[in-house]
Amino acid sequence: MLKIVLDGQEVMTAEGATLLEAARAAGIEIPTICWHPATTANGLCRLCVVEVEGMRLLQPACIVRVAEGMKVQTRSERVIRARRTILEMLASSVDLSDSPEIRALMQEYHASAERFPGAKRRDVPLKDDNPMYVRDYAKCVLCWRCVQVCAEDAQYTYAINFSGRGYETEIGTFFDAPMPATTCVFCGQCVGVCPTGALKPKREFLLEQGLKPEEIVTRSSGRKQRRENR
Amino acid sequence: MSEINLPALRNAISPYLPLGRSGLLPALHAAQAVCGWIPPEAAAEVARLLNVPLAEVHGVIEFYSLFYNEPVGRRITRVCTDVACALKGGDALLNGLCAQHGIRPGQTTLDGAVTIESAPCLGMCDLAPAVLTVDDGRWTVGDGKLRPRSPIYGLNRLLTARCGRGRQTTLAEYGGYEALRKALRMTPEQVVAEIKASGLVGRGGAAFPTGVKWEGAAKAEGSPKYVVCNTDESEPGTFKDRVLLMDDPHSVLEGMLIAGYAIGAARGYFYVRGEYAYMLPVLQAVFDSARKAGLLGENILNSGFSFEVEIRLGAGAYICGEETALFESIEGKRGFPRIKPPFPTTHGLFGKPTVINNVETMCNVPLILKMGAQAYRQIGTEKSTGPKLFCVSGDVARPGVYEVPFGVTLRELLAMAGGTDGGTEKETEKQIQAILFGGAAGTFATAEHLDVRLTFEDLRAAGLSLGSGVVMVFDHSRDLRKVLTKLGHFFAHESCGKCYPCQMGTQRQLEILERLAEGKSLPGDRERLQDVGWTMTDASLCGLGQTAASAVLSAMKLGLV
Ligand SMILES: Cc1cc2nc3c(=O)[nH]c(=O)nc-3n(C[C@H](O)[C@H](O)[C@H](O)COP(=O)(O)O)c2cc1C
Ligand code: SF4
Repeated sequence: MLKIVLDGQEVMTAEGATLLEAARAAGIEIPTICWHPATTANGLCRLCVVEVEGMRLLQPACIVRVAEGMKVQTRSERVIRARRTILEMLASSVDLSDSPEIRALMQEYHASAERFPGAKRRDVPLKDDNPMYVRDYAKCVLCWRCVQVCAEDAQYTYAINFSGRGYETEIGTFFDAPMPATTCVFCGQCVGVCPTGALKPKREFLLEQGLKPEEIVTRSSGRKQRRENR
Repeated sequence: MSEINLPALRNAISPYLPLGRSGLLPALHAAQAVCGWIPPEAAAEVARLLNVPLAEVHGVIEFYSLFYNEPVGRRITRVCTDVACALKGGDALLNGLCAQHGIRPGQTTLDGAVTIESAPCLGMCDLAPAVLTVDDGRWTVGDGKLRPRSPIYGLNRLLTARCGRGRQTTLAEYGGYEALRKALRMTPEQVVAEIKASGLVGRGGAAFPTGVKWEGAAKAEGSPKYVVCNTDESEPGTFKDRVLLMDDPHSVLEGMLIAGYAIGAARGYFYVRGEYAYMLPVLQAVFDSARKAGLLGENILNSGFSFEVEIRLGAGAYICGEETALFESIEGKRGFPRIKPPFPTTHGLFGKPTVINNVETMCNVPLILKMGAQAYRQIGTEKSTGPKLFCVSGDVARPGVYEVPFGVTLRELLAMAGGTDGGTEKETEKQIQAILFGGAAGTFATAEHLDVRLTFEDLRAAGLSLGSGVVMVFDHSRDLRKVLTKLGHFFAHESCGKCYPCQMGTQRQLEILERLAEGKSLPGDRERLQDVGWTMTDASLCGLGQTAASAVLSAMKLGLV
């Protein structure tokens, strides 16, 4: 065990713990979007950034490990400005209507969804190309989790990766092939780790569209396709 | 479906098969050379032969702007429209060329003969406006030359003694690698100690002490170890590394060999930015002549030290100049920066201890060994030792590479460059509106700063950054809001997209800057710029995002916009 100072409060933590783990154990909540217990931490959403004494820049709590005597501010002014601005930029880029957790964070950090008028949004049409799930990348926050579980973090299927780069990045398949034409085995793990409803089971999607459960079975294009393939 | 010539494709890719995943970028370059672009069938064949998942091959093609996922013209003309070239009519040139062919930027003529597109900084700011053409695999610059020829100026030219003649220095002219011979008579520890004693710090932008870096890699557990020469030079306004490599390549190679000996590496990589592809034959010829002379390969100069080098060509991504993104790129992946620590000295290329140095840093190494650390330290100042290359461009009479000892003032440097219009010093002082220091990722200065001494310590104290040695001058006729928009566009185009602050912040920053330049700012835009800028600076994962707002914030602070 070693001692660190979290928001002015001395805390004993396990060696090798990340700041995120240490804070959560001490009852201090640090927000995250990309972090997930089943995926390798990439520290890319930067929502978990904290101020560590002696470091020039904010540090991602999901990555940085505790060290004896470390002094950490989890809610300094700089931290709050970064978190609020990131949330505001996110709301100006993607559709967060299916992301109650992120919307709750926005309230907590007084982040305004209208902060960036005239911002180019990542409005892309919904992809409905397979019987198991739909892909609505207008809701995608690029947390990478789906790509990670499809690859080395779980499934070793490598059906999806990225297209474009920077702001124009989108999760994509080989030359935009429809899902059934890829290596996808429809294990559903990507849907399971999606934090925003960008990946959604087809059934849930169709119910939301107003279909009745009994209609869905007969309308499933999946059965038809599978029959054709035989 | 496009028809592809499979046998030709397989033949072109075959040299890279032994490299496995790391052969992906070379294989894609080869595929593109055969097909003119990378059709899905060719990408699939590359994926199959290299055993890389299809989606990942596609992800890599999508990341690099010089890989084309749709057909392009047999001739591709790229016109630089970045900051320095914009001052010299880059945009007008682009639009004029497009009008001649009846197309818009980024389009291909109907007959498939020509594609014309705008390009981020091509590293030819001294020759602005810069144009790069690939015609059936033949690379030319300007109107048909095989290589750019840069003017070089300086007080005491040590690094550039053999540069500026418009041709490469031959091995006979260069000499017998005296510095390497001297190093091989020393122990590796002594070589590291000599570099440490010289006070050399890296010239790539991060200003890290080179000797300390070498010591770290030398002492690190793990093998093999690697040396990488960062030849990505993509910081807008920077062109010195191109000059060194094209004109005096042996000194870069000699520096790399010495680094290899010092840290116990047997392999080195030159990672050359895709836009510098015309360098490849030069480098290859240099390796061949060095090998023939027993200076490269097995048992160099009968010392028992062996070293091999390999060239890797980037494909249009500024972020691949960032050291960890560069490693990813050599490993055949998208150029996503890694989280640091761990640092390259312990976990670098292929996860192994690696020294990565800038081209100019490498060139200082033979100089230090030849002169001795103590004599080298006599050049420059106590804390900034040695000679330094500055890339002077924009509104000056004589743009070019300037070699000066650290410690000359900005005023002196600009006087050497002939001032803003070749006029007197007083006129120059009046005409300067702003000077961009350190590149797009740098900071603005004004005429108030003319007496600042060009050293790491003085510039830092003045709130400026030396960066990669860029000094770009803007006179009062320039609209700085347009300049800022160019910078904003550069970062939005080059952000890798991995982390949120930079992925979205570079886009939001660009949108606000565009409004500013069009005189359509909204209430609250300045606060938005500050919040976005500081969030990128404070919270981004890598140096790109951390500096993407640097110039904008400095311009606001100085009241320039
Ligand atoms: C976005 C970005 C781009 C960079 N581009 C280059 C480059 O083109 N050339 C270079 O030498 N260093 C570049 N660097 C710095 C490298 O990461 C690294 O610090 C440098 O190559 C180390 O060499 P040095 O110690 O000799 O300077 C870049 C850094 C960042 C963050
Ligand atoms: S700062 Fe920008 S370039 Fe660097 S990792 Fe983040 S998104 Fe990529």
